[in-house]
Amino acid sequence: MSKGRFGVHGGQYIPETLMNAVLELEEAYNHYKNDPEFNRELSELLNEYAGRPSRLYYAAHMTEDLGGAKVYLKREDLNHTGAHKINNVLGQVLLAKKMGKTRVIAETGAGQHGVATATAAAMMGMECEVFMGKEDMERQALNVYRMRLLGAKVHAVTSGTATLKDAVSETMREWTNRIADTHYVLGSAMGPHPFPTIVRDFQAVISKEIKEQILEKEGRLPDAVLACVGGGSNAIGTFYNFIEDEGVRLIGCEAAGRGINTAETAATIATGKLGIFHGMKSYFCQDEYGQIAPVYSISAGLDYPGVGPEHAHLYDTGRAEYVPVTDDEAVDAFEYLSKVEGIIPAIESAHAVAYAKKLVPTMGKDQIVVITISGRGDKDCAAIARYRGEDIYE
Amino acid sequence: MNKRITESFTKGKAFIPFITCGDPSLEVTEQLVYAMEEAGADLIELGIPFSDPTAEGPVIQAANIRALSGGVTTDKVFDMVEKIRKNSSIPMVFMTYANVVFSYGTERFVKKAAEVGMDGLILPDVPFEEKEEFDGVCKEYGLDLISLIAPTSHERISMIAKEAQGFVYCVSSLGVTGMRSQITTDIGAMVELVKKAKDIPCAVGFGISNPEQAKKMAGQSDGVIVGSAIVKLCGQYGVECVPYVKEYVKAMKDAVREA
Repeated sequence: MSKGRFGVHGGQYIPETLMNAVLELEEAYNHYKNDPEFNRELSELLNEYAGRPSRLYYAAHMTEDLGGAKVYLKREDLNHTGAHKINNVLGQVLLAKKMGKTRVIAETGAGQHGVATATAAAMMGMECEVFMGKEDMERQALNVYRMRLLGAKVHAVTSGTATLKDAVSETMREWTNRIADTHYVLGSAMGPHPFPTIVRDFQAVISKEIKEQILEKEGRLPDAVLACVGGGSNAIGTFYNFIEDEGVRLIGCEAAGRGINTAETAATIATGKLGIFHGMKSYFCQDEYGQIAPVYSISAGLDYPGVGPEHAHLYDTGRAEYVPVTDDEAVDAFEYLSKVEGIIPAIESAHAVAYAKKLVPTMGKDQIVVITISGRGDKDCAAIARYRGEDIYE
Repeated sequence: MNKRITESFTKGKAFIPFITCGDPSLEVTEQLVYAMEEAGADLIELGIPFSDPTAEGPVIQAANIRALSGGVTTDKVFDMVEKIRKNSSIPMVFMTYANVVFSYGTERFVKKAAEVGMDGLILPDVPFEEKEEFDGVCKEYGLDLISLIAPTSHERISMIAKEAQGFVYCVSSLGVTGMRSQITTDIGAMVELVKKAKDIPCAVGFGISNPEQAKKMAGQSDGVIVGSAIVKLCGQYGVECVPYVKEYVKAMKDAVREA
């Protein structure tokens, strides 16, 4: 079995053209992750630039309303650029800079990872190009403008379903085209080794902080942590430092779209099977001949037919649970959190809030649930308004 | 090593055309195989379409989509090969993506491919580090799993060549498949590194579209692989493409002969 495995999942299923690039990246990462100077610089960026640590907010009104476990919200939406994506991007762009790269490329779905990459590139003086599905560029026009404002070139991807999966494919193609000066800032805990490990390590700051903060506030660990899962970067970040704590339930909320019994879903663990795609072995939505399914979710960030290999492994071992959440439930939760707590979550994060609304009332008042609010929802307002039949323009 | 593949390099420099199965239809694909054989092709690469071919440029991506929209499946491709083998013994290898093989069941796929008369398999998203999973099964059923080397492979070439079967696919340029006006890689040096490690034929692919390029590349290797330029003709002429492809393959084979 090759390197970078999580059980049977993971690996490096990529063209030979890219092999030396990922080997070089692995070597650089293994060096810098233990380099005190690199870690000092990264901590400073995370704290002074991105605004970490993010708050662990006690959602008193939601707790009271749901009448079960105490609810805490991990406020990744308060980070600079409005989502957890910046944690990984600052790490990877700093690493790329140390490796002598002068150009970064990235895929984006909802646009949050593209904006974060464009931001870090602007700040660290790197050239930046972002690949985004044409469909998503229409769904997330404001983020396209933000990326361009930050100096990035945004390329519309028209192949396939013109969404996140096609953006990943196109960014991989671009990387094979120009490797020497270019680093691919992969945005989720997926793809070929070492990306799933690198992204997880840079996002693990989320669970590291949750642990410290909840111990300080409650003197004990939570009973469950919840996060939405597309590729799974905020979820693996939320889970990672709790994996050894068997008493903490790890719950990933997948995008079921119009329902897992329909073809219009992106719930990979609920509906997918084992396969090989985008550099990794993992679960994918696909047909009987291995053709990747054209998935659907209202959330551009979760509209992906696969899931990161470490999640696939956590599912296999039973350590983490994965639940499907429909568009309708996510939109209800988007509106719910806005009204009850005055926090507009990203539609992606609303998937985790939606499941919490079902779970929390079944738990005791002495129990604790932490939901990671992976991003802010301003970007989604126009789309949700349209979903509710109100035509507003950004 | 598969006997038919080895033999395809014994009659001078080889010309290896690629077509996507089912573009525009499996009936036309079958006719294309016969026509290309008559035109002088030495080995044929049959692409099994995949929804998301990450190593392909726009021309072959579009062919994959056309074929899949036309209802092509792996089983239908196997049936077509079985038919072809009643009329032709030209060496043929499948070129597809790991998930097409894996989802079918790797052993089931390879066994079936060998049964219907295929000679080898090219998986562009399976590098040296991941090949074990496919290679063992291929050896068991007498199929050659073809190894690829790229302009970025450098010190990896020797390691890859030592374990290569059939022939080594030398990727001429960075990037994905597609026609290029210029190929700047030192192919001769790549081929030399292969031959130092193992006495095995080297065929050059990616970016080659005209007779001059074919002649030049064949001069530095044992053969030339052409995909996008042929697939473009299939896209352009649809069901009428057979004579155009035949004429093109003949011109390219003539150029390769001159090398």
